[in-house]
Amino acid sequence: MTTANPTNPILWTDHASTSKRRNWLARSAAAIAITFILVALLAPLLAWHQPIVCKYQGQFYFPAISDTASRLPLVGSWFQKAKPFRFPSFDARTALEPDAFALWPPVPYGPMEMVADANRPASRRHWLGTDDRGRDVLARLIHGTCVSVRVGVYSMLLAGIVGIIIGGAAGFYGGAIDWMCSRLIEIMMCFPAFFLILVVMVWIGNGVTGIILVIGLTQWTSIARLVRAEFLSGRELDFVDAARSYGASGWYIALRHLLPAALAPTLVALTFGVADAILLEAGLSWLGLGVGADVATWGGMLRDAYDQIRTHPGLMTAPCTAIFVSVLCCHILGEQLRRSLDPRIGFSESRS
Amino acid sequence: MWHYILKRILLTIPTFVGIVLLTFLLIHQAPGSPATGSAGGFGESGVSAADHARLRAQFELDAPVIVRFGHWMKRVVCFDFGQSFADGRPVSQRIAERLVPTLTLTFAIIVIAFAIVIPIATYAATHPGQPVDKVILAACVGFYAIPPYILGMILILLVGVALNWFPFAGLTSDNFADLSTWQKLKDVISHSALIGSCFLIPLVAYLVPFVRATMLSVLKEDFVRAAHARGLSHRRVMLRHVLPNTLRPLLTVMGLIVPAVLGGSVVLEVMFSWPGMGRLLFESIHDRDYPVIMGMTVLTAMVVLGVTLVVDLLYAWADPRVRYA
Repeated sequence: MTTANPTNPILWTDHASTSKRRNWLARSAAAIAITFILVALLAPLLAWHQPIVCKYQGQFYFPAISDTASRLPLVGSWFQKAKPFRFPSFDARTALEPDAFALWPPVPYGPMEMVADANRPASRRHWLGTDDRGRDVLARLIHGTCVSVRVGVYSMLLAGIVGIIIGGAAGFYGGAIDWMCSRLIEIMMCFPAFFLILVVMVWIGNGVTGIILVIGLTQWTSIARLVRAEFLSGRELDFVDAARSYGASGWYIALRHLLPAALAPTLVALTFGVADAILLEAGLSWLGLGVGADVATWGGMLRDAYDQIRTHPGLMTAPCTAIFVSVLCCHILGEQLRRSLDPRIGFSESRS
Repeated sequence: MWHYILKRILLTIPTFVGIVLLTFLLIHQAPGSPATGSAGGFGESGVSAADHARLRAQFELDAPVIVRFGHWMKRVVCFDFGQSFADGRPVSQRIAERLVPTLTLTFAIIVIAFAIVIPIATYAATHPGQPVDKVILAACVGFYAIPPYILGMILILLVGVALNWFPFAGLTSDNFADLSTWQKLKDVISHSALIGSCFLIPLVAYLVPFVRATMLSVLKEDFVRAAHARGLSHRRVMLRHVLPNTLRPLLTVMGLIVPAVLGGSVVLEVMFSWPGMGRLLFESIHDRDYPVIMGMTVLTAMVVLGVTLVVDLLYAWADPRVRYA
């Protein structure tokens, strides 16, 4: 019965202006998104309390590089840092000989390190200044990107998988299974997402993995609805009948004929969902219920800025900009994806 | 019509049972039941031994699962969620006094949003592709990307601290009791102005492109051209033929606004120390006030369920095609 599928206002803008301007917008959004991902992957090479390459007691060490490698998804556990640099009590700044060879990251401070006086303005040494505890704002911003990108990408992967399974089952089998899946979607949609996430966070406690799980397991409903609708309409198409007539199995039809059609709208919804996940995580961290105080996050930085909004309002600039730009990027990318993946838009444009 | 209403109401029953079941599972099957002192890894404060005993009795942890579920169901239906750990008052009473400000604010926001959105969207839809239309759309995209809590901090900084136009903490002034009724109303409104704008601005930015797109497609319909052909005034065509058809899809969106506002209320109400549902949830989570947490979770879901039902019925009333589908 719904005539519109309200997910985002950009979805309703008309497409009279398909000119280069849009292309330019989408390209810069993609460039910024790739930058964010690269910053997240290479964070220790950009800001770290240990050098990238250094000579220590006559031997070469690569502490920041091995930290970068050990943070990689999947293969990270293959890498381990060399010995003296691995110990938490080891302070590279004092341990290294002053004249020994050492190549430091551009921001030679860790995100949790108290390296200067509190609330210093931007300077040559601290490009964005320091926060209320004397930590370098730029280093925190860079490492906050890791958390936001991880939460955004992984939680939406999870939401996509859950949504495709439940929505696909509903649309493919129909009947009682459809009824049950639809009720499940309805039930989940009755809970305000933030309420449910907060309540579950109480039980599972702080941590990035917990946040990813909770956001992924609550945000799948819109994807399930999209996939269900695509499967329902796809089931009636002639080529599915044709496939059935030559004896294709149900799995084959679902995976080869129905799923590809459903993937396009899913991908669009997931791109918008990344923005929502970033916002949810930042909101949780702002409340102090998110990742935990020992990890730098944009939401946590925003909270620090809020706590001294009267005395040092400038602190909020960095996290605000980061959150705003990343969300805007996701919105623009999602819109561009939708336009390039939806064949109907192409038709209407060529006709008019 | 009656057939549809009955069908739609019956369909909420399984959803209702599902909500009760989900909250039941949250309480009982989550790792670390609420009655374990070490539940969760949340803050240092554990649940005291007395509370622990009370919880065990209250949640009937020793009874069979089906019995416990039945009792939870009964308590939900009766709105009896036990007593709050924090101050010993009934949970329903605590929630009720917070529910009123939040729901009033939500309602006010929706009304004001519509009052703002409809003229802007109408102007944009009747001047498509023109510079003003483009500016409106670009502004909507930009404003929609500003998260409410960032908007809140910016408003506190600009309007609250720098300009000092509106208070930004609490719902009432300290001398609230001495004020006359009119002043009381003014006081509450000025205290809610900033938090209200934080909800309002993204909502308007979300609705304007939607209403504009709907109106554009309505304007292309044959009946609009026919109305013009019959010589009706532009004003009459817009008010009698275009607007009603534009606003109908908005009903569906309304059902989605309510959970969004409720969910967004947590951070904003904490930020503005505004005594609503969101802040109550945050406080209860801090105090590990499980009865209040569970009561609120169920109750908000019920509110959303009710709103969805009303919206669907209104939609069926406004659009006969739904009833006979």
